[in-house]
This record gives sequence, C-alpha cells and structure tokens, in this order.
Amino acid sequence: MGSVGAKEVPVLLTPDGRRIDGRRLDELRPIKIQAGPLRQADGSAFVEWGANKVMAAVYGPREVHPRHLQQNDRAVIQCRYNMAAFSVDERKRPGLDRRSQEISKVIGEAFQSVVFTEEFPRTSIDVYIEVLQANAGTRCAGLVAASVALADAGIPMVDLLPSVAVGKISGAIALDLKKEEDNFGEADLPMALVPQSGRLVLLQMEGHMTEEELGTALDLGVAGCRDIYEKMKAALRARYTVTPMEEGGA
Amino acid sequence: MSDEITADIQTTHILDLAADGKRVDGRGLDEYRTISIVPGFVTTADGSALARIGETAVLCGVKLEPGKPFADTPNAGVLTTNAELIPLSSPTFEPGPPQPGAIEVSRVVDRAIRAAETIDLTKLCVTPGEKTWVCYVDMHVLGHAGNLIDASLLAAVAALSHATVPAKRFEVAENDYPLDVQHLPIECTFVRLGESIVVDPTFDEEQAAQGRLTVATDETGRVVAMQKGLVGAFSPDDVKSVVRRAFVHGERLRQQVRGGSP
Repeated sequence: MGSVGAKEVPVLLTPDGRRIDGRRLDELRPIKIQAGPLRQADGSAFVEWGANKVMAAVYGPREVHPRHLQQNDRAVIQCRYNMAAFSVDERKRPGLDRRSQEISKVIGEAFQSVVFTEEFPRTSIDVYIEVLQANAGTRCAGLVAASVALADAGIPMVDLLPSVAVGKISGAIALDLKKEEDNFGEADLPMALVPQSGRLVLLQMEGHMTEEELGTALDLGVAGCRDIYEKMKAALRARYTVTPMEEGGA
Repeated sequence: MSDEITADIQTTHILDLAADGKRVDGRGLDEYRTISIVPGFVTTADGSALARIGETAVLCGVKLEPGKPFADTPNAGVLTTNAELIPLSSPTFEPGPPQPGAIEVSRVVDRAIRAAETIDLTKLCVTPGEKTWVCYVDMHVLGHAGNLIDASLLAAVAALSHATVPAKRFEVAENDYPLDVQHLPIECTFVRLGESIVVDPTFDEEQAAQGRLTVATDETGRVVAMQKGLVGAFSPDDVKSVVRRAFVHGERLRQQVRGGSP
C-alpha cells in the first residue's frame, strides 16, 4: 500500500473481470473469525477480514448506565463502535466522531431487531466494537464480530447477523470492497441480513446506482451474507466443540 | 407510566389501521402530508428556505465564507451540514450536545447532498490549495411531527437552489452571483407498520414503526443514498418496491422545490 497520497485512479477492474487484488466481482476477501478471545468479557470475537482487524466484546445483561435509559419491559442494547487512532493511515483523533455515533446507532438498532430483549427487562446489553486496523467495510466486520460475541455471551437471538458491503467499481457491481476500491469506487451499500427471515436489519447506501444496479447489488449482498453466515457458525462451533483430546483421555 | 400506556394504545391503533390500508390522519399508505416550501425565509442567510411537511417544519440557512481547502482536496470547496434538533420543536428533545438522532438526520441529509453532487465543489475553489468557499448548510428543526429527514433535505436543497455567493462582501469578485446547483436530490422516508410500508411517517407512526427506510434519488434516475433506521427489518423485495415509490414521489417533490410553494 505504498500509494499514500496518490491522486491517480488505479485500474480497479481488468478487462477479464479481475479486481485490484485478483478477486472476481462476487468474491469475498479472506475472513477469519475467532470466538471468545477475551476472558474478561461475557462474550467476545475477533475478526480479520482482508486487512481489517476488529475486536468486539459483549457485557451483560447488566445494570443500565446511565440509569434513565432503563426500560421496564425489555433490555436496552448500547452499542459503541470506535476506531483506534492508529487504525487508519492518517492518525484519527481519538473518541467518537459523528460517523462513529451514527454507525453505533444503526448497529445497535440492527441487534435490537434480533435479540430477545424482552427476556431481560431493566438491563443493558453493552456491545463494544473496536476497529484496530481499517481497510473498508469496518462496520460490517464490526457487526459480524459483535454478532458472534453476542452468541458467545449466550444472549438469546433470532439469528446471527452476517453483514457485508456491496459497491460499484468501474461501473460494475462488486462484493466486499477493499480500501482502494472504496476510495475510488462509485457506490457503497453495507447491509446486514437475518438469514432465517431473509430480511435486512441494516441497510445504508452512498454513491450512484440505477434502480436495476441496486437490485443486483441487494441480491449479491444477500448471497455474500449467506457465505459469511457459514463462517460465523463455524467459528462458534470451533469454540464450543469439545474434541476427544481435550476431554481428557489421551 | 401513563405516557407508556397511551403510547401502547396509540401504537396498536396505528398498526390496526395500517393492516386495513388506513392511517390516523386519513391519508393513503402512499400519500405525503401537505408540503410547502418558502424560499428566502431568512434574509441574513445567503440562501434559506422553510420546508413544511404537515406540522413538521425545518428551516435551513446557507452561509458561504472564504476559507482554506482541505489538504487532501486542494481544488475543492468545503461543504458542512449540520442539523439542530432544538428543544423548542418537540418535548422529546433536550438541550445539550447532539444526540444520535440529530447526528443521524444531519449525516443522512449530508450524504444525499454530497453523493448527488448537488453543488459542484470544484467551482467553489478560488485559489487551489489556498482559498476556497466554505458552504455551511445549517438546519434548524422548528417543529417535529415526524419525518425530519425528508423535510430537512427539502429545506436544504431549496435553500441551496436560492443561494447567492457573497463574492462582493468578501472582496473575492466584483459582484455576487447565484450558487450553481447542478442536481436536486430528494429523500423519501418510509416506515414498516406490520406488513404495510407507508410513506412520510408522522411522529406517532415513527414510534409505532418496525423499521424505517430512507431512499434518496436525483433527477437523472440515480439512487444516491439510503439509510435503514429504527428497530425492524425489510426484505430485498421490500427495498426494491420502496426504491420504485421513492422515484415517483421524488419527481413530484422536486417540482415543488423548483417552483417554491404551489
């Protein structure tokens, strides 16, 4: 990534349909998900997604702080998405900027849509997402990490929430943009899917797309989410499967 | 507590009506409230407009000042959007730093203005790397009766359309000239009420809603921004039909921005 400050638009798509990193249009970056890396948290997950590194932790259900947010009939989900100062090329001022606050809000609402909050009245389920290394698609990586962390914490939910962004590069609809594609691309459309119902609980978009392209992008994103869903389940299985060796014998 | 009970009864009522294709205020599911736009409402601003959707009112003022361009975009002007949900407009707003709701409104409106390239930022540049126009788009919510996003963007786009660059006052050029607006994005917001998806929600409908979806379109047939908000879900087919409806409404609302009050 030696092109810091370069103004020239790189070739995002070769004539034979290859992207900057050799991927096809419908191909995800490599994704590694680890469930339960943190011992202090009730649930946690670490996601490496392309060059993104995101840690998520879940605490709760526990007492609500600040108190006035408490709900008598359900748990509140308080989500905090934060980027480390060193997670981007140019140092980011620490703390929650407006972008982070908006992302925290929409991710919190997405989880509120799938968690059985009515089972824990007057409590808070706190979801913390820390972006340690960013390379486009951090809210999706954060959502995936947080979703696995919620499952790791044993919070009852309708389903896991796989998430991915679809974009447009050189006029073509492409799955899971990396940084250069995002910077020079024409649109970005992050989404999160409830696999059981086929419905979207997070959906944002910025850029230019025709109605038809948008339809294609939605279908591509849903398919991508289903792939990621399998990886999320595999990560949880890996965490909780007891192998014969661990069981004691050998 | 009595507030919550009323809200529950109200919510049930709204959902029951929606299942029958009706709404509390008698509108159809795909019908906006009455919209009015008053351009030039504030004369101290370089451009302004008061947009009303029913009882929801948003006043937008545009101010232009000379300033420095950002280091990474030396040839482009600077655009700053901000929405203030001031306590006078609703019992639910409190004084203090902006709440996530206000941040969401201003960011979703900002996204539409930016992505649609409403104003050509390169034309705001005076001397590359040194001097450019900084365009402040400030929205004041005066009445919150639901659907702040659509009203805010209507006000912003109308204010920008009628804005003047105060070149004479800041001694940048001989004469003031109109701000060049090249695209007109319009945001249309929908909420899910049971299995119905209704346009232009009122405050109570937003409270009852099981998901909100905003779609911004421009006059060239592009979708330029979207935002799903609140707790709830939409299927990809829901999204596609909402986009179709947003194009139809967007065309009509754009006429109103162009023509001012009907």
